[in-house]
Amino acid sequence: MDSNLKREIILDNYSHPYNKNIDNVEGYIKVNSNNESCIDNIDLYLKIDDDIITDVRFDGEACAISTASTSIMIKNLIGKSIDEVLKYIENFEAMLEEKEYEDTDFNEAIVFDETYKQGNRRTCVTLPYVGIKKAIKEYQDNK
Amino acid sequence: MNREDFPMLNQDIIYLDNGATTFKPKCVIDAMNDYYTKYSANAHRGDYDISYKVDVAYENARKNTAKFINAEPEEIVFTSGATDSLNIIANGFFKNILEAGDEVLITLSEHASNVLPWFKLSRDLGINVNYIELDSNLHVTINNVKKAINPRTKVISLAGITNVVGDERPIKEICRLAHDNNIFVVVDGAQSVPHKPTDVKDLDCDFLAFSAHKMMGPTGVGVLYGKRELLETIEPVSLGGGMNESFDSIDEVYLKDIPIRLEAGTQNIAGVIGLSAAIDYIQRIGLDNIDIHEIRLKKYFMEKIKDIKHVHVINEECDSGIIAFTVDDVFPQDVAYYLNKYHICVRAGNHCAKILKNAIGVKNTVRVSLYIYNTESEIDRLVELLSDKMRIIREMI
Repeated sequence: MDSNLKREIILDNYSHPYNKNIDNVEGYIKVNSNNESCIDNIDLYLKIDDDIITDVRFDGEACAISTASTSIMIKNLIGKSIDEVLKYIENFEAMLEEKEYEDTDFNEAIVFDETYKQGNRRTCVTLPYVGIKKAIKEYQDNK
Repeated sequence: MNREDFPMLNQDIIYLDNGATTFKPKCVIDAMNDYYTKYSANAHRGDYDISYKVDVAYENARKNTAKFINAEPEEIVFTSGATDSLNIIANGFFKNILEAGDEVLITLSEHASNVLPWFKLSRDLGINVNYIELDSNLHVTINNVKKAINPRTKVISLAGITNVVGDERPIKEICRLAHDNNIFVVVDGAQSVPHKPTDVKDLDCDFLAFSAHKMMGPTGVGVLYGKRELLETIEPVSLGGGMNESFDSIDEVYLKDIPIRLEAGTQNIAGVIGLSAAIDYIQRIGLDNIDIHEIRLKKYFMEKIKDIKHVHVINEECDSGIIAFTVDDVFPQDVAYYLNKYHICVRAGNHCAKILKNAIGVKNTVRVSLYIYNTESEIDRLVELLSDKMRIIREMI
């Protein structure tokens, strides 16, 4: 993908983040995700019904990359089963680490395919995924 | 000034994060290398020539450090840094004399290392940690100190200069007021000792902590200054070799005198020698000159930035080389990433003063912290890069 288009997609998701509101999140699983090395700090809210992620919302303060990554992730995850989500994350992380990966429905998330070139920004991209994994573990532990 | 003394400046980099750590002049690196390559032995074991040479260098460093802040050599304890010093002060001294209900006064703009040790004492002993109110410029005024102290106040612990706002506190006046009320004063000198002259006798503070690496010395070494009679009563937090006189059984342990008693185990010898070389270097330049240089650069920045409406400096009033600002519509971390693309090193965040957001209403800022080797042309470049907001947004990712 052309780098100008990538920038446009990232900026668009940063300026208009998807589901960045936490109205009516009663009954959602809440997790916090923050980067030790910087000041990104978001709260994620997940609704999981019968192993299907039916809604994800977020709130907090984070840089453009983290915010865009969260917004794009949420668009991609809603409607997926937990197994599909875990497979998606595994492939997405492989892409960030410059390993072999399969494009499991990445859609806009492909904009991060060259993030490995900027080591210090990888943690920005993975910030929401750290939170999602935490939330899924919490869901599975409480099942 | 003196840019040619710093090997780090041989690369294409504009370093504006001196509040975090500073570059080292070659003479400091050489002094440490000399120890490792020419007389690398342990201290206080002087049975042979090179070990004796270490003893002399180590104790000379202590004398040099003492002179630098106008203390006595036996009042200087080498530690791993200001954080270590503050923890020893809290846990080795105040833990033994404070009681439940006693009060420690700090402020909302203190660094974590001058907050968390007191929080721990609060949990351990039931003491109260309260805050001296900051004025609208986030400064500590003597009147607000007067208002805050009460019969239960036993300690006032403050940074000489804070690391976010860069305000200089009236430590001498605070010490006078505190001592009139039988209150101890602890000064976190991490941001002040490297930049402005410090005279502990004139200030009359009870304790002072600072780090070598923020004053062109090495990492991993710092100083705990305490008035002699107070250091005498510190219970060593750390026990081991070097600090004991003799021991035969649990009931027969005899410790050495201060300051050695508070330096258990093999110390950071190279670090202490490096610190001493850094002090020599600073004194050759003159702390007054360093201070003047930083304030002049800050004024230069303020003058150039004042027409750039999307940049807001939150600490214009402060007389130090620290500038904290925000950029409209851009997250501070993104400003830092953007500047990094042009090899400019600044810090984004809350700068370890996590409770300050309660006072300034701004959680995070971009911080520029200056030192002797920064120049007007570096400021020009910074201002040029900040002047176009759309460019920042375009290039921040």
